[in-house]
Amino acid sequence: MSDAVTLKFRSATEETPLARWVAIGIAVAGIAVLVFAPLLAVFAEALTRGVGAAIASLANRDAQSAIKLTLIIAAISVPLNAAFGIAAAWFITKFDFRGKAFLITLIDLPFSVSPVVAGLCIVLMFGTNSLVGGWLVASGYPIVFALPGIVLATMFVTFPFVARELIPVMIEQGRAEEEAALTLGASGWRTFRTVTLPNIRWALLYGVLLCNARAMGEFGAVAVVSGKIRGQTATMPITIEMLYNEYLSVAAFSLAALLTLLALVTLLLKTALELRHADQLAATHRA
Amino acid sequence: MHIEIDEISKQFGTTAALHPVSLSLPSGALVALLGPSGSGKTTLLRILGGLEFPTSGRVLFDGQDATGLSVQERRAGFVFQSYALFRHMTVFDNIAYGLNARPRASRPTKAEIARRVTKLLDLIQLPDIGARYPSQLSGGQRQRVALARALAIEPRMMLLDEPFGALDAKVRKELRQGLRDIHDTTGLTSVFVTHDQEEAMELADLVVVMSMGRIEQIGKPQDIRARPATAFVRDFISA
Ligand SMILES: Nc1ncnc2c1ncn2[C@@H]1O[C@H](COP(=O)(O)OP(=O)(O)OP(=O)(O)O)[C@@H](O)[C@H]1O
Ligand SMILES: [Mg+2]
Repeated sequence: MSDAVTLKFRSATEETPLARWVAIGIAVAGIAVLVFAPLLAVFAEALTRGVGAAIASLANRDAQSAIKLTLIIAAISVPLNAAFGIAAAWFITKFDFRGKAFLITLIDLPFSVSPVVAGLCIVLMFGTNSLVGGWLVASGYPIVFALPGIVLATMFVTFPFVARELIPVMIEQGRAEEEAALTLGASGWRTFRTVTLPNIRWALLYGVLLCNARAMGEFGAVAVVSGKIRGQTATMPITIEMLYNEYLSVAAFSLAALLTLLALVTLLLKTALELRHADQLAATHRA
Repeated sequence: MHIEIDEISKQFGTTAALHPVSLSLPSGALVALLGPSGSGKTTLLRILGGLEFPTSGRVLFDGQDATGLSVQERRAGFVFQSYALFRHMTVFDNIAYGLNARPRASRPTKAEIARRVTKLLDLIQLPDIGARYPSQLSGGQRQRVALARALAIEPRMMLLDEPFGALDAKVRKELRQGLRDIHDTTGLTSVFVTHDQEEAMELADLVVVMSMGRIEQIGKPQDIRARPATAFVRDFISA
């Protein structure tokens, strides 16, 4: 018997154990300090007077109205933005035209414009003093300080999320599969439904979740257009700020905790979906 | 089906991909479009399939003007260079796609579709892979599935863009005979694109040599070998 020589091979991309642990440590510490600690603080603050007080503050009429309003806004603006995002990404990736780069920049505009400025733009366009706004108010359809204005502001701010997620995926996938479907006799709509959409569904889901989280959480633009009318146009983030400014900390943090939970639920939903379709994901993402 | 290409030209912006070319492909022939990269082979094939529309000229199927027919109406069995299999569907669903896409009135029953898919899987000699996803197949298997998927729609012609392009030399040789066999059993007019002169000469009944958007020569392989029409053809086939 010869002496056993144990050789340890390390793949080229693998780091030394020390480097690996340091990197992981930094990442975990960073997430703990920057993400988890503040989140825990919100929940802790909400529960300082006990669960009963927190729930009671959520049952308050203004809080209920804020929750309802935020959910309505998300329910309107997220599907609309998903549709616009798909259309924009499809148009940009499937056709060649002049000014494409400019259009892509334009889609990013809401990310670079301050939400407050975006809100002001809507007020300028649709406020009582504007031509359109004056006419709409006179006919009984006010935009500013009402639901339509808040939806518009939310949609403006969250417009890029879906398109941004889809464009790289659709560029990478090219047109070949869709062309194949067409040559096999499928109509344009059928091709979209059975080939385009399934191929982008994960990116779409992710974009929709991000869009939804932001739609429920948007403060700046909504603050400008909503007029912050308690019980009417005050969304959850706006109500949280007002309560906080009035030193009603349990009420403010209870609502904040609920807003956080809503965001966490969407993330959990995504994770659950990914787990359920893990095998299919693996099969379709290789090669 | 007899295919007639009448003075077809194609312009992409300022680049002329095809100068007016004319070509007559007899019914049931296996035709090779042979030429170097950028010579316009894919463009011509896509125009035949209705994926691209010519700047000028006409396409005739059995003497009927087909220039205005949509891609769906052409009923061409198209095999793409990278196969373009639907990656989120099993092999079975890939092959069944064209039958499922038919309007309800002419759509076969589920059982009939299953029967046809099974028959096509036998034809490509891969009877057991129906449940797999494209990513779980080898390159040669993907190519054959793409062929079966195109055949499933009972096409009027077969159009194949570099059907062996992405495969290694050994598999290429095997599949060449496979394509020839399938062509002979179906009897469909088939056009395939290649830049491999050996492949064109060995496989095709008729070879169309192209260069820079023009047709240099059309003829039977042995005629092109014996009498190259231009210096380009002579250089290209001896390469
Ligand atoms: N969509 C397009 N837009 C602009 N130019 C194009 C487009 N498609 C093809 N071309 C140009 O047309 C010419 C012919 O292209 P084509 O793809 O038909 O060549 P090919 O013979 O198939 O080449 P290869 O062997 O490399 O596939 C090329 O100069 C190409 O750059
Ligand atoms: Mg080509």
